[in-house]
Amino acid sequence: MAKITYVEHNGTEHTVDVANGLTVMEGAIKNSIPGIDADCGGACACATCMVYVPKEWQAKMPEKEDMEETMLDFAEASNEDSRLSCQLPVTDELDGLRITMPESQH
Amino acid sequence: MGKDIIIVGGGQAAAQAAQSLRAEGFTGPIRIFGDEPHAPYQRPPLSKKFLAKEIGFDRVELKPESFYTDNDIATHWGTRITEIDRKGKRVLTADGQAYDYAKLLLATGSRVREINVPGFEMDGIYYLRNIADVEAIQSHFKEGARLVVVGGGYIGLEVAAVAKKHGMDVTVLEAAERVMARVVDPIVSHFYERVHREEGVKIETGVTVAGFEGESHVTAVDSGEGKLYPADFVVVGIGIIPNTELAVECGLDVQNGIVVDENCRTSDPDIFAAGDCTSHPNGIYGHRLRLESVHNAIEQGKTAAAAMVGEEKPYNQVPWFWSDQYDLKLQIVGLSAGYTQAVVRGDPENGRSFAVFYLKDDTVIAVDAVNRAPEFMMSKQLVHKKATLDPARIADESIKVKEIAQG
Repeated sequence: MAKITYVEHNGTEHTVDVANGLTVMEGAIKNSIPGIDADCGGACACATCMVYVPKEWQAKMPEKEDMEETMLDFAEASNEDSRLSCQLPVTDELDGLRITMPESQH
Repeated sequence: MGKDIIIVGGGQAAAQAAQSLRAEGFTGPIRIFGDEPHAPYQRPPLSKKFLAKEIGFDRVELKPESFYTDNDIATHWGTRITEIDRKGKRVLTADGQAYDYAKLLLATGSRVREINVPGFEMDGIYYLRNIADVEAIQSHFKEGARLVVVGGGYIGLEVAAVAKKHGMDVTVLEAAERVMARVVDPIVSHFYERVHREEGVKIETGVTVAGFEGESHVTAVDSGEGKLYPADFVVVGIGIIPNTELAVECGLDVQNGIVVDENCRTSDPDIFAAGDCTSHPNGIYGHRLRLESVHNAIEQGKTAAAAMVGEEKPYNQVPWFWSDQYDLKLQIVGLSAGYTQAVVRGDPENGRSFAVFYLKDDTVIAVDAVNRAPEFMMSKQLVHKKATLDPARIADESIKVKEIAQG
């Protein structure tokens, strides 16, 4: 279980408990947090669940696989802190994570 | 006069619309009727990771039950609506209950096309549309079991790939001369036939099914040309049909789907429709579409919710689709119907990574990308802005994907 804070582009914050085994994306969808679309439901097929992860948290996450890396390379509004949140499994280590979301996923 | 909004259907369009209605600030009563016993869940994984038992129901379920209670959304799972009384502005359930509406959303989805040949009612013959179907199919999963898949479309081929990975003996029968003939160029069809054969699946094209053999349980599929394909079980995936009966019976305009405008409004100003069941205008292609896709269900759910509360968020999207088979991720942007040239980037004859760009004259109208995320991501933008492309630049892999449209 991890307490995760999702910050919308307009600054609105949502803090929720997300169970281990789910992904950061699923934590947003199941709690109806706006800002993550996740059209494909977590198949790493659409790049509509992009978030920005602060540097200090990045080391606690799995490294990007090729698919995620290339999708991010082409996603609008992505930068070096971008991750696809469907590729980020929740663990106790992520307790306290705070991520921000882009203005639009399309 | 109440403000009640009623949603008929319990799939992704319904769940999205309910969420969006609350996000739009609607505070009146919302009721959802779904004929399955489950709350809305994702269908795409049913023929992929869920079938392969890599994920369970908790991962395909869209929202926890608490979402509906917390948002004051009344849910009627396992309840079928059998009639819409437009004059009285109410819907009737199968057991005769009536519920009034101010606005109504039809998110009735689609159902499988059934195969109507001798023996079709035998045990061991399945379709794949919902959780119960998958559970029945999984009960036959064991190493060495003989599976015959009828239909070489997305569903059939995804099932074949999962079954093969579980050690089964798999044969796919396709009536057309090539698999996925309805949606892709022959280059892509032949690529998938090659990969399935390399993985050990038997692909038989140009084979129609004349009947099923067996006593009470199917034992073989009969092609009607003296050839029998032995089977311990059969999965049929030959397309889907939009659920438009309720709309037809209450007199709404229905033509290959419930006819809606760009705001998901039907021919009755108080009735809206979203998802697989709609025929909707698409500004990018300039004609009506009926789509079988989750992206469409989600986006129309948002549009319909906005329209029901008096906002306008017109639907204007480039369709996209994906399919997972083995190590292949196929991502499709747009619709290729009417293309005049298919341009290949990469080597579909030997490799497992390539893209096909569909041009209509010089304008790119669709792209199929197999393990090619850059081409997929780039083409989302190119198709949306109707970019004109030079075929030579597409085919030249020394030119970066980002630079294809330049020059």
